[in-house]
Amino acid sequence: MKEATRQAFGKALAEAAARDPRIIALDADLAPATKTDETKKAVPAQFLQVGIAEANMVGIAAGLAVSGLKPFASSFAMFLAGRAYEQVRNSIAYPGLDVKLCATHAGITVGEDGGSHQCVEDIGLMRMLPGMMVLQPADSVEAAAMVQYLAGVQGPAYLRLSRVAVESVFDEGYEFVPGELRQVRPGRSIAFVASGVMVRECVDAAQRLEGSGIDAAVYNLSTIKPLNKARLDEIVNAYDLVYVAEEHLKAGGIWSAVMETVDAPQKVKSIAIEDRFGQSGSVAALMEEYGLSAAAIENRVLEDQRASLAMGIEQIAMAGIRRA
Amino acid sequence: MNTSILLSHSRQARRYIVEMVAVAGSGHPGGSLSCTDVLTWLYDEEIDLNDPMRDRLVLSKGHAAPALYAQLAVHERIDPEELLTLRKLGSRLQGHPNRTDLPDVDMSTGSLGQGLSVAVGMAWADWYLGRSRRTWCVCGDGEFEEGQIWEAVMAAAKYKLANLTLFLDENGLQIDGKVLDVGGMDDYAGALKAFGWNVLEIDGHDFGQIATAVACAKKSGMPSAIVCHTVKGKGVSYMENVAGWHGKAPNAEQAQQAYEELEA
Repeated sequence: MKEATRQAFGKALAEAAARDPRIIALDADLAPATKTDETKKAVPAQFLQVGIAEANMVGIAAGLAVSGLKPFASSFAMFLAGRAYEQVRNSIAYPGLDVKLCATHAGITVGEDGGSHQCVEDIGLMRMLPGMMVLQPADSVEAAAMVQYLAGVQGPAYLRLSRVAVESVFDEGYEFVPGELRQVRPGRSIAFVASGVMVRECVDAAQRLEGSGIDAAVYNLSTIKPLNKARLDEIVNAYDLVYVAEEHLKAGGIWSAVMETVDAPQKVKSIAIEDRFGQSGSVAALMEEYGLSAAAIENRVLEDQRASLAMGIEQIAMAGIRRA
Repeated sequence: MNTSILLSHSRQARRYIVEMVAVAGSGHPGGSLSCTDVLTWLYDEEIDLNDPMRDRLVLSKGHAAPALYAQLAVHERIDPEELLTLRKLGSRLQGHPNRTDLPDVDMSTGSLGQGLSVAVGMAWADWYLGRSRRTWCVCGDGEFEEGQIWEAVMAAAKYKLANLTLFLDENGLQIDGKVLDVGGMDDYAGALKAFGWNVLEIDGHDFGQIATAVACAKKSGMPSAIVCHTVKGKGVSYMENVAGWHGKAPNAEQAQQAYEELEA
């Protein structure tokens, strides 16, 4: 099945709202894109249209939470995490309010709309906020499971969703367990710890690497905050080399979070966007250009192997010279 | 309405404000003193702090925290001794009000321009849940330079939030000088009317006028704004209408003079 996480989010939110009258979906004039129009259709009384005013939407959501409702505020990542950052910080995270921020169109897989609309900084922004849970599903099955989970827990959370449709990683009936870091593909030589659309790319890259004799495992890191340190250490300890793959800037993102957390960070490398903005293009062309496609990941791993092999030969040679 | 009790409570609140800011050595006395009569009205007449289903208040101009803490002391929700912990490490009385520290604070505020949006959400929630209580919001005039305020003004009118009342504490001064020179406007009433609000304009230090305006607000089918003409630093002669007292603490001698003036 191929479906965007935003699509599954829209359906799951409408279902959750139908079950719980305290759930309110807030929208800032993007309902057909964020899929909150599903809630509008199913339970119109629980759909709050605030217009093109994201800062105000975040404040209104905070007010709903103060008064005991369960708001799910939705917009593009650029506007929810970016434009309304200080409102999220001071009106939601600081007072610790039960608001779920559901950001669609995160990362470069926004595609043709270009760099102004491709938020590649949001994970960093949100994970820095004390008490903010940060989740990113690998596929539509996990997105729906996360909405169900979020409907049942208290406290501020950021759900990072994508515009692009991705092939499913999980089967129907998958249950989201926060911090699980589930193995999606077994492997012995290296591991990919991937999040969001990168899980699928890494699974594909791992398949391609088989031909080069590299047996790569893939783990789904969907609970970005709080990170499961024990499980991450276990994964890092089990391999010689671990790649953290994310559709986000290298600075401040998931790789940074993993490096801050694990006991052996020297074994952890980053597959992410270097210090640059996104741009217009097809999703496939962008993933290639920014080094995030399965083919780009395969090349990267092979290059790293060649480089470490060359370094190994050099070290042996150096040792020989010293002995002589 | 008992005017002599209101007057006595507002004088007591002003003494507390001067004392806690003087002891803290920093804080915002000017804007706390300008909205003190409005807050005295709210906590004497509208908000019964002992009632869990009471009305709610968002002090959007959160730097006036001492004015809010003074009311909590007047109404015996906190010990007056605790006022002297203002702005100190570990105190429940943060420099700007925080709901997670002090349960009587309905919303954490301080970053200007955000409180009215939150008040809109609270009023909408009460309407949605069929509750009869009101949401009150107190904003400063300098704060109206923030664009988010106007987003919230537009939203409140769209949702016809009759259970929302805004007090605009128009003291005319902000940190850098006169609101009119710094970036504000002179006809908030006209602007709010144009957005569809029910607007009343009063002397924000006159309890009779506050009473009449609140009665009108409660009858309106639209959100109401009570534009209050006030004096920054009201009640302390040397602070009145001086922008420099926006965020400065009086020294011991100045504080003593203020107590004497507020005894009168």
